[in-house]
Amino acid sequence: MIIKILGSGCKKCVALGENAKVAAEAAGKQAEIVKITDFAEIAAYGVMSTPGLVVDEKVLSAGKVLSAEEIGRLL
Amino acid sequence: MNIFTWMNDQLLRMQWLNDAVGAGVAAAGLDPASRIGASVQFFVYDVIKIFILLSVLIFSISYVQSYFPPERTRRILGGRSGIGANTLGALLGTITPFCSCSSIPLFIGFTAAGLPLGVTFSFLISSPLVDMASVILLASIFSWPIALAYVAVGLLVAIVGGTLIGKLGMESQVAAFVRNVPVTDSDEPMARAERVIFARDQVLDIVRKVWPYVLIGVGIGAAIHNWVPAEAISTLLGQDKWWAVPIATVLGIPMYADIFGTLPIAEALVARGVGLGTVLAFMMAVTALSLPSLILLKRVVKLPLLATFAGVVTAGILAIGFTFNVITHWFI
Repeated sequence: MIIKILGSGCKKCVALGENAKVAAEAAGKQAEIVKITDFAEIAAYGVMSTPGLVVDEKVLSAGKVLSAEEIGRLL
Repeated sequence: MNIFTWMNDQLLRMQWLNDAVGAGVAAAGLDPASRIGASVQFFVYDVIKIFILLSVLIFSISYVQSYFPPERTRRILGGRSGIGANTLGALLGTITPFCSCSSIPLFIGFTAAGLPLGVTFSFLISSPLVDMASVILLASIFSWPIALAYVAVGLLVAIVGGTLIGKLGMESQVAAFVRNVPVTDSDEPMARAERVIFARDQVLDIVRKVWPYVLIGVGIGAAIHNWVPAEAISTLLGQDKWWAVPIATVLGIPMYADIFGTLPIAEALVARGVGLGTVLAFMMAVTALSLPSLILLKRVVKLPLLATFAGVVTAGILAIGFTFNVITHWFI
């Protein structure tokens, strides 16, 4: 699966990316983490507050840093 | 003394804390009336006070803000236009949770949904300028009339600025891709426990982000209070000098700091006889316009619109500065 982290590269985006990685490993899934920093691409997902979490092209959250457990429940 | 004054002095201004810190300074062998003693007292008292107020305020305000995610604000503003829409945009700007790193996706989201450019700018101007927390801090440091006056003029700048930008018809100045962005509406309702967690996270996040600015701001404030000669300040920024407001504005624009960091500097300047208008102009310039946010905005709007935005806001700040210097005696 492909996990995309939407955000300009602020601290929160990095934190969200790490949590997503941990969550995917815990769930035993092969995940590729992609950072999306381009505003046009971010906006294309309809996300207005960063960081955003997109898994397999589906927006799971916006504007918050989910913990690894929370992401695990959404995967 | 009536109850209201007592509450204001003890709860908001935390007179008890100042007394306690003063006693502590004296116990440590420093004379609170001496320069060093007074600097240490101002620094310790102001830092503790700002962090207490900051935590309590951010928590309660974030709780309220959790009811107004950007998606909801966009729905409320959708389909409206005219001065009423600008006013609503400016008011919502004060309660929508906002961080400068989100301003671009938010701008794109609003514009793509077809909100008039002027309304979006009213929102973008008021959001950093008139923060609910800053209003209560202003009341704590100065007084309620000054805090309310600050809100009124801040909203005025946002409404007039946004309206002007709207009237100039600069829609073509927005980067083309912005219009082609799909608009999706995804805001799931939050449970009360989630709102509490959101508010707590906001407190941790903001305190972590602003503490260096607060320490630097209070440090500069303490220095102005006790070390910079009064003549130097009045020569540069005195009430009778016409250039005081422009200097304060120009100094403030490139600076990037949180309102919480600029308040102690403002407090010290007013105590040293600088005009209220000059100080408000400085605070507004620091918070409303900053180089980093202008550089970010450059990626979605073209230069003429960006320059208009900066010009309109600067003109508004100057007007407020001059006006408040003339009417300072109403407040102090």
